[in-house]
Amino acid sequence: MTAVARLATFEGNGQDGPPASSLSPTPALQVRRLSKSFTAGGQPVFHDVTFDVPQGQSVALIGANGAGKSTLLRCCLRLVEPDSGDIAFHGTDFVAARRQALRRMRARVGFVFQKHNLVPRLSVLTNVMHGALARGVGPRSWFQAIAPGAEREKAMACLEQVGLADLADRRADRLSGGQSQRVAIARSLMQDPELMFADEPVASLDPAAGEGIMELFARLNHDRGLTLVFVSHQLDHALRYADRVLGLREGGLALDAASAGRTPGCLRGLYD
Amino acid sequence: MTDTATSRSGPKRFAAPEPLKAALFAGGLGFFLWSLAGAGVSISELISGLPNMGVIASEMVPPATDRFLPMLWSVLTTFQMALVGTVIGVVISVPLAVLAARNLAPHPLIHAAVRGIVSFLRTVPDLAWALFFVASVGLGPFAGTLTIIVDTVGFCARFFAENMEEADPGPGEAIATLGGRRIDIVVCCIFPAALPAMINTSLFALEKAVRSSVVLGLVGAGGIGAELAVSMEMFRYDQAATIVLMIFVLVLGVERFSSWSRGRLIGRA
Ligand SMILES: Nc1ncnc2c1ncn2[C@@H]1O[C@H](COP(=O)(O)OP(=O)(O)O)[C@@H](O)[C@H]1O
Ligand SMILES: [Mg+2]
Repeated sequence: MTAVARLATFEGNGQDGPPASSLSPTPALQVRRLSKSFTAGGQPVFHDVTFDVPQGQSVALIGANGAGKSTLLRCCLRLVEPDSGDIAFHGTDFVAARRQALRRMRARVGFVFQKHNLVPRLSVLTNVMHGALARGVGPRSWFQAIAPGAEREKAMACLEQVGLADLADRRADRLSGGQSQRVAIARSLMQDPELMFADEPVASLDPAAGEGIMELFARLNHDRGLTLVFVSHQLDHALRYADRVLGLREGGLALDAASAGRTPGCLRGLYD
Repeated sequence: MTDTATSRSGPKRFAAPEPLKAALFAGGLGFFLWSLAGAGVSISELISGLPNMGVIASEMVPPATDRFLPMLWSVLTTFQMALVGTVIGVVISVPLAVLAARNLAPHPLIHAAVRGIVSFLRTVPDLAWALFFVASVGLGPFAGTLTIIVDTVGFCARFFAENMEEADPGPGEAIATLGGRRIDIVVCCIFPAALPAMINTSLFALEKAVRSSVVLGLVGAGGIGAELAVSMEMFRYDQAATIVLMIFVLVLGVERFSSWSRGRLIGRA
């Protein structure tokens, strides 16, 4: 059923389809009573956090430095193991997954870091190919030179979506910050993600490049129905590019509101 | 050096040395003087040996050319032992280094065990390995090649592991995040990052192997070393001179090649 939903949302390239949420009543992401503390019995980073993200929604996660935004995203992918609580992607429980099942679940979720984390000495195209590593062709997506033709075409299509098809052969360490982040997004698109997380994706970019990246996310969200959860310190970005804003404070969700009609001033209270 | 001491207790330039330090120093000096005797250092023997050295040196010129071709073959064999031993050693070192690298080992115990084995291979001297292999596979270049392999693994596995530990963890984390396996991380992130340093290490290993393969023949493990030993025993110092010159050209050539490749590598990295 998720495969069908994926086809419906991702195959209609560029066409304005119906909002994805009407196709799938199951939320893309369900988080239930999630808790995490790094010190046994100490102050939790967050406690009993519960929220759903419907498919196709764009969510901004905001909060002061150290509020636990990164930890929350990382717990959702179990890069950091949560202490308790449940996580489900499209209704599939993620907390019980072990080894191979865990990797397959992770493969369904894109993650864009503040630092692009590309492999500097490899080509842009090879970096994008790596998005397919957990999806079946295995070792053949190690390097673009040994990849099956269909996968290369797919990688080129992903690069086209981020507007960098002409840089496919360039080495990743010869890119600007904004271009690198675009390639990282293309790598995530290569995963056929059902959901995309982005942890401060524009924090190390200049304003114009940052704006470009946020526009790209918004387009993927609108045109393709890609569910998006992004962390940002720029409140205008949070309001402009998200349907909904979640605010973390003192270990809990202090804010969960639609972004429409709000001003940055409404959100400032979260930082006091 | 004694800034803090002087600022606190005033200028005390000729502070009396602490008794423990003085005793340690005296003990160390005594041991060194005793070692001079133990090492057989003797000025008089050096002086009486000088004429011999002069005679041998004068007999070395002109270098002999009568066994030129067989010697050339021997030098070639020496180089072949070094080359094959280094290549095989490097190939074995790569997976061992992955297991020995702190950031890649599947388990800390494996990391420690592999490190221990590699240290053992490295710390046992190559002539000891050569004697061991001559005893087990017989005289000849194969024993020497095995020695070079062991030597290379001891050297390369350690430094490859360090090269891999220095790789930026960020890209590997990204691969793990999208569901990649450990092998994906090693091949796609760690190898590309560590490759220039690993090639550099391999070139050093080749230089080292050429130098040590020259002496392996002395214990019967093949190569030009055997020719050298025979010439010296037969008092054919002119032949020995030819061999030394050949070794000089070989080692110099390999070092030149190695630094040329290194230069190209850095130029492109
Ligand atoms: N690996 C870790 N070990 C211990 N403490 C951590 C670790 N990662 C994050 N923390 C702590 O958890 C809190 C939340 O950090 P983080 O999630 O990075 O915040 P944010 O992304 O909102 O700035 C901080 O107090 C931080 O020091
Ligand atoms: Mg953070």
